[in-house]
Amino acid sequence: MSLILSAADWFALLTHFLSLSLLAVGGAITTAPDMHRYLVNQQYWLSDGQFTSSIALAQAAPGPNVLFIALLGWNVGINAGGGAAAGLAAWPLALLGVLITMTGILLPSTTLTLAAARWSHQNRERRAVRAFKQGMGPIVIGLLIATGWILATSYGSSIKNWPLWLVTIASALLVWRTRLHLLWLLGAGALLGWFGWI
Amino acid sequence: MIKPVAPVLATQSHTADAVHARPESLRDLFWSFTHLALQGFGGVLAVVQRELVEKKRWLTPEEFIEDWAVAQILPGPNVVNLSLMIGDRHFGLRGAMVALAGMMAFPMLVVLALAAVFAGISDLPGVPGALRGMGAVTAGLIAATGLKLIAALKKNVMGELVCWAFVALTFVAIALMRVPLAWLLLSVGGAACVWAYRQLGRVQALERQA
Repeated sequence: MSLILSAADWFALLTHFLSLSLLAVGGAITTAPDMHRYLVNQQYWLSDGQFTSSIALAQAAPGPNVLFIALLGWNVGINAGGGAAAGLAAWPLALLGVLITMTGILLPSTTLTLAAARWSHQNRERRAVRAFKQGMGPIVIGLLIATGWILATSYGSSIKNWPLWLVTIASALLVWRTRLHLLWLLGAGALLGWFGWI
Repeated sequence: MIKPVAPVLATQSHTADAVHARPESLRDLFWSFTHLALQGFGGVLAVVQRELVEKKRWLTPEEFIEDWAVAQILPGPNVVNLSLMIGDRHFGLRGAMVALAGMMAFPMLVVLALAAVFAGISDLPGVPGALRGMGAVTAGLIAATGLKLIAALKKNVMGELVCWAFVALTFVAIALMRVPLAWLLLSVGGAACVWAYRQLGRVQALERQA
């Protein structure tokens, strides 16, 4: 895939991600459907396959999941630099793409977070601030357990997936009750899956 | 009659010092976040809890829940928000930027290298299975992080039973009924905050009497 982007296009890319930043409550992944609409369906800057593999790759790699946005920017830049066939020659534009998308998605939310965190720290003795933090405690814990559940059922909750469930439950118990290093567990899961045992 | 509270307070502050550590320097902050981000396959949160709460003790479990609540409510990637808050608290704006850089720099290099070099890796026959297996483990890691933090609710002003009810309500709404997050935060979250506000008022009134 190859395309030509003008300075105005790059600017539009930046402003689109700037505008999505403050909508990303619950993580950047919640804005992925809108990014797909804009980049794939409206502007034709990315192919469907590039979009999907960016998310899958960032999920599989270490680090915050928000890095899928860096990959989206990378792929837009690669396409603008002549596509995968251009090789190293496309890398400068690919890096520009990373810079633009990551700045866009992080700048507004980072500014707001710093302001809010400072305000709540300075006012931490206020009854309303304490009530917010104490009240949200059980909600946050419920959300974590629910996230685990949603991930565990993302391959379908049918009974024939019982080996996957077993792995999820075993790793939850091991993390909860032992100090086994998390990488061992992930490695074991990857091996079991690689050989098709789960 | 004057109660002998002074020794108790002294012990408390002593234990507080003992359990509480902080990043030694900006360099320590950067490498600590790099270290934990690079372990975070399929999300960093479980690693943050284990490294910063259990190993380094920069945060108590209670502080972690409070900070995570704020990081979750604010827009933007949750673990990135959390790293900004921790960095900012210890070293101001510089700390926030260093923590952010630690969280992002090396993982970004890794993910870009993967994209550039192994663009064809997803075609290997074992890869979808391996991702499935890691996904199943990740689900367990995140659930376990929640289960571990339940112990910290003992100190919650709302009381343990009410906390349990809110945990259960949140789980049912999100995991089983798939209620949108914003609705849940406004309804269940709002109710919990109002109840906590009321309870804090009672505690303060009791303290004033005493």
